[in-house]
Amino acid sequence: MEHAADQQHPIGVYLKIWALLFVLSAASYAVDYFHFEGYLRWSLILIFMLLKAGLIVAVFMHMMWEPIALIYTIMIPPLLLVVFIGIGALEADYTFFLRSIFFAP
Amino acid sequence: MTQAHSHSHTALPVHPADPKGFVADWSSDQIAFKKVPWGKVMMWIFLVSDTFIFSVFLISYMTARMSSVVPWPNPSEVFALEIAGKHVPLVLIAIMTFILISSSGTMAMAVNFGYRKNRKVTFILLVITAILGASFVGMQAFEWTKLILEEGVRPWGNPMGAHQFGAAFFMITGFHGTHVTIGVIFLVIVAVKVYRGDLDHERPGFLTGRRGNYEVVEIMGLYWHFVDLVWVFIFAFFYLW
Repeated sequence: MEHAADQQHPIGVYLKIWALLFVLSAASYAVDYFHFEGYLRWSLILIFMLLKAGLIVAVFMHMMWEPIALIYTIMIPPLLLVVFIGIGALEADYTFFLRSIFFAP
Repeated sequence: MTQAHSHSHTALPVHPADPKGFVADWSSDQIAFKKVPWGKVMMWIFLVSDTFIFSVFLISYMTARMSSVVPWPNPSEVFALEIAGKHVPLVLIAIMTFILISSSGTMAMAVNFGYRKNRKVTFILLVITAILGASFVGMQAFEWTKLILEEGVRPWGNPMGAHQFGAAFFMITGFHGTHVTIGVIFLVIVAVKVYRGDLDHERPGFLTGRRGNYEVVEIMGLYWHFVDLVWVFIFAFFYLW
């Protein structure tokens, strides 16, 4: 097939991303090691997580070199999860509220 | 007429980010994603559905943790190890993270050398990836054993705090570990195919009449990187949060 060579990229790209993923993992471990707490901890965790996920999907999984139609097909359905997370959080808040009133020790 | 007509139908836009490409692909005759091997599209569709499975686990974990009036066990302490008399938090999980990222690196290189038709290097890189994956599963087995036997964590309760901790932990990491295990088996199969030269000589694979080629390695790679990707989220939400 003529598209076999489409995903042919220099080795250096992979090595750089690999190193970057190591640094980001070390950084997210450091968040725990140095006992960051509260919003600082949560935002750092999320930032490092999203950067790592983005690099893996974009470069290692070759997403950035795929046709735009395939990118949308893959990326748009998971956006629904944001709604699902919102519903879960609402439900959890409500349950916590009821438990605090009736069952808290 | 035929010249201009056929040209407008076959040529996809040069730049992949051009939104015209989106329209061209989805309105194209009979097949969308004409430039992408169908096996890769199928793997991506499977991975999207797997994304939903892991998301459902993580969202239900979030719901359980947010709604608990009992304090959640501190993962930093639960997964700490004593190394040379020193108390190191989360150290095993950190090592597992680095191992999985390294295996993703070797996998990406295997795909690259596969497309260069370098059979030997591709095989070696696939074997290294499989060994790293197997060692990850081994460490997870060690982690589970320690948690069950020493810490007394059960799916229905534990001595450290909220009862849902065990259920969420065993479900999420167990499902991920299963994925890694399947991935290692998948890697060994692809490595054997590469070693025998099945992909070079375009021999059909098991249960299929389609001729083998190095796209198989890239499709395998998609699965393996996805397993690493899921771990990124588990590491952030379960171990670090």
